Amino acid sequence: MAVSDPDLLVVDNLKTHFQVPAGIVKAVDGVSFSLPRGKTLGVVGESGSGKTVLARSIMRLNVASNALVSGSVRYDGQELLTKTPREMQSLWGVEMAMVFQDPMTSLNPVVKVGRQLTEHVRHHLGVSKDEAKQSAIQMLRSVRIPEPEARFDTYPHEMSGGMRQRVCIAIALACGPKMLFADEPTTALDVTVQHQILNLLAAQQRERYMTMIMVTHDLGVVAGRTDEIAVMYAGRIVEKAPTAHLFSQMKHPYTEALLRAIPKLERPKHTRLDAIVGRPPDLINPPKGCKFSPRCPYAQARCHEEEPTLMAAEAAGHSYACWYPVGSEANEKALSDNLAARLPQALAAVGEIEATEEVPGAVVAAGENN
Amino acid sequence: MAGTGKAHLRTDADVLLSVRDLVVEFPARGGVVHAVSGISFDIARGETLGLVGESGCGKSTTGKAILRLPKATSGSVQLGGDDLTQLSNDAMRAKRTDLQMIFQDPISSLNPRRTIGEVVAEPLRVWGPKDEGEQWKLVSQMLNAVGIDPDVARHKHPHEFSGGQCQRISIARALVMEPELIICDEPVSALDVSVQAQILNMLEALKKKYGLTLVFIAHDLAVVKNISDRVAVMYLGKMCEVSESDELYANPAHPYTRLLLGSIPVPDPLVAIDDEVAAEEELPSPINPPSGCRFRTRCPLASEICEVAEPQMRAVASSEDHFVACHHPLVEVVP
Repeated sequence: MAVSDPDLLVVDNLKTHFQVPAGIVKAVDGVSFSLPRGKTLGVVGESGSGKTVLARSIMRLNVASNALVSGSVRYDGQELLTKTPREMQSLWGVEMAMVFQDPMTSLNPVVKVGRQLTEHVRHHLGVSKDEAKQSAIQMLRSVRIPEPEARFDTYPHEMSGGMRQRVCIAIALACGPKMLFADEPTTALDVTVQHQILNLLAAQQRERYMTMIMVTHDLGVVAGRTDEIAVMYAGRIVEKAPTAHLFSQMKHPYTEALLRAIPKLERPKHTRLDAIVGRPPDLINPPKGCKFSPRCPYAQARCHEEEPTLMAAEAAGHSYACWYPVGSEANEKALSDNLAARLPQALAAVGEIEATEEVPGAVVAAGENN
Repeated sequence: MAGTGKAHLRTDADVLLSVRDLVVEFPARGGVVHAVSGISFDIARGETLGLVGESGCGKSTTGKAILRLPKATSGSVQLGGDDLTQLSNDAMRAKRTDLQMIFQDPISSLNPRRTIGEVVAEPLRVWGPKDEGEQWKLVSQMLNAVGIDPDVARHKHPHEFSGGQCQRISIARALVMEPELIICDEPVSALDVSVQAQILNMLEALKKKYGLTLVFIAHDLAVVKNISDRVAVMYLGKMCEVSESDELYANPAHPYTRLLLGSIPVPDPLVAIDDEVAAEEELPSPINPPSGCRFRTRCPLASEICEVAEPQMRAVASSEDHFVACHHPLVEVVP
């Protein structure tokens, strides 16, 4: 065998559009990235940013008949988008697996945990029933479920949410996949349980040298646990960088705004939050130009006309799609121009007015509504 | 955890709401679910009290029991001189105009078949001015105050609005009766981060403008800290710790509070993560809660006394407004 490509996954101009009565929803609209073996990529975005559809499109889990997928997804040298459903089936579980958000609904409620853990192991690896059971119990033990032998014969409803998510992780890992997708794996769980599940995922990934994509809306979840982060907005990656770099040297105004909008524990109570004006765009009729421009405090005429594509920053592996990146002189000038023009996006960003979901044309002073 | 005891109750402040020994139990197969087991607290006028804890700790049940949705099993809830648990159904119905609730899911808490004008005017049609023009005047004022254009929204239905806008509309509906106390049950949990910040800022502004008193129930500790003056931490139907919020986060006194704070994912890659992989814990059942301190089965500091005696609320020595119910508090307490 030749020296293997360092990138396990190469996604090129991936588009997933859904045909609906009102038009075409461009859920994923031209995403490209590559992911080296053994690394973890965090995909961050708000609802409707396309992060879940992206993960599912890569795995070919878009069963909807109205989905139009184009572009290229190369996994370990093979093109996935041209594979038949049957060929994909032989990859699921063995090569790539997914842990879903809701452990309550991703397990079959009327089938015992043991059978859910062994059916794909027996199918893919062709082992006997007894061997499958032994390996399943071993899997339950490795995800740190107490009394795995007894748990093998229980139903999902007899377990807590955290325990069920551990079972889902065990199922995903049972056939030894090289690539794991985790789609909001801890969003439905309590904070203490979330902490344990994230630790478990990280430990399993290290042990098995898996490549992982973690999809989440929570920048906190990916901050200490990923090698790289891609921030998505309206179906596109707007910024991608090594994790530490993204937090310290962010270039895209949306990344900056997202981080600033989160309440921080270290701030005193009643600290005013930096909210973003407006709300995520309509994906059927997205705004012209940069899709963040109607909400952006720095937007200039060019932003409303011409959509920026990902361009490389000085640092290796860092790219962003913005004409007036944060930290540049052009950005500072754009902000002061917008403040002088009393644009609400800019005024809200500096705390002069309250951000609302409407993007008003004219500026209403903060005091006027109150 | 915790505890009973009354050391944390207010004696000096202008108290709007006093809850005493509140117990809420539900019948269930196999026994009784002890959802809330004897908690007491006071809320001063104009204050925001945050209630935090994991699912099943009884924080939502506490909020609902104040409104008698459902009625508490025992205990008293005093609001402005009336004991809400003793009022007749009719008197309680009238009293509910002073108490309002904002729910987690903004879309399902608005009637999908009514227009926004009707939804927000509904409380006024029962209790407000009879004249529809007067009603609309109040409704449009309130919609303006929450950042919704009243003339655009009036004849629209809830499905035409986003989650954040629907939450603004539910807030307008809660405010239109000019209540004294609003119970917010996870009001921003279903919203995206960017919209969540808008709603939190707006709640703070409305609170100042209308002199509201809030009970803010949420599982997100950073959100609760941001909005609350005082925070109460609950575990399995009991109150572990009550404190002024900055103090609570700076000096957690209860091992459970420390566990909660330590589990929060911090959006900063430079903060080291305790990455030990723990085994799944068996959480105690609210049908058969542990004796003594209810947190003892998960507590690293638990000793014999925790099994036999329920800890009482005690004041933390270094602070004016910080109380903890623990036999082994993490900071020095007044004996």
